[in-house]
Amino acid sequence: MAGKLHFSLVSPQRELFSGDVDQVDAAGTEGDFGVLAGHAPFMTALREGVVTVHNGGKTTVFEVKGGFADVTAEGLTILAEQAVEAA
Amino acid sequence: MASLKEMRSRIGSVKATQKITKAMQMVAAAKLRRAQDAAQNARPYAERMAAVIANLAAGVSGDGAPRLLVGTGQDQRQLVIVATADRGLAGGFNTSIVRMARERIARLIAEGKDVSIITLGKKGYDQLKRLYGSRIVASFDVGGNPSLETAQLVAEKVADLFDAGEIDVVSLAYSKFKSVVTQTPTFTRLIPAQVGAGAPEIDLKGAAYEYEPDGETILETLLPRNLTTQLFSATLENQAGFFASQMAAMDNATRNAGDMIAALTLQYNRSRQAQITKELIEIISGAEAL
Repeated sequence: MAGKLHFSLVSPQRELFSGDVDQVDAAGTEGDFGVLAGHAPFMTALREGVVTVHNGGKTTVFEVKGGFADVTAEGLTILAEQAVEAA
Repeated sequence: MASLKEMRSRIGSVKATQKITKAMQMVAAAKLRRAQDAAQNARPYAERMAAVIANLAAGVSGDGAPRLLVGTGQDQRQLVIVATADRGLAGGFNTSIVRMARERIARLIAEGKDVSIITLGKKGYDQLKRLYGSRIVASFDVGGNPSLETAQLVAEKVADLFDAGEIDVVSLAYSKFKSVVTQTPTFTRLIPAQVGAGAPEIDLKGAAYEYEPDGETILETLLPRNLTTQLFSATLENQAGFFASQMAAMDNATRNAGDMIAALTLQYNRSRQAQITKELIEIISGAEAL
């Protein structure tokens, strides 16, 4: 695996997550997808669902409602209308 | 000349006022910090949103472009959204926003445009209804802390008006929070969207973007959200500016009350001394007469 993926999850109120991770799985309107470091530039709308962040064997799960995922060379940004960290 | 008793109660009342302004200043200072944090926290979202839209907008052009982005191609019917605070006692905060909006509205009317107004915040409504009551199509309250829900309500109303073909151009008046001492009333245009204004370029390093479903569909769902986001950040900026302005106003009021107390106390002591002297003279001259 080539390096880490920079991932940030922001909601209108605040930035919920920002940092380098191994992999992020999210639910797009056209299907679930996973993003690793070095992913091609890509953008999709998200449906209501969970975003799973994998980092060093640990996973963090966020519940996300409405938003977009934006993958650029710099990393992945998820703009979520509503987002909470699942307990 | 007021009697000594009157002066005493006057000093007492100024002291009571000073206590209130002092308390309000401290409350405003505490709330300012929270409002500043909230505005700070909301910034990444707004910035990313602007960057994404700029990126997408570069790809669409011509007739296919969403109307929220390019507008209707006319500027006859103008909607002005005036965002203020719900409450006063903050110096010239609300007034400066309203004054700027009023000048703009007057200019637009003079140019023969059809102007309608939406107010967000009680104070803006109160100040504008006298002059332009018939032009106000909707008014909203901020209601405590700025919330995304309120911004959404306003955005929906704007989108409804726009979709119904009743307005061509939408601009927003609010106060930009520059620092604790400066807040500048500002106008921004919401429709047609201002693209790329201050948004950082996204460097794709030559690779092509892929969209799911496709760029235009995404842009079409993104633009109404951008409207909400811009309104939301305007209310957040307003909130921070409001508390900063209130803090300054209350600090001034506290200082003025202090000056007033000093002046009144001096005057009170002088009259008291004058009265004592007068009484002594009376006693002495009475004794001399015997």
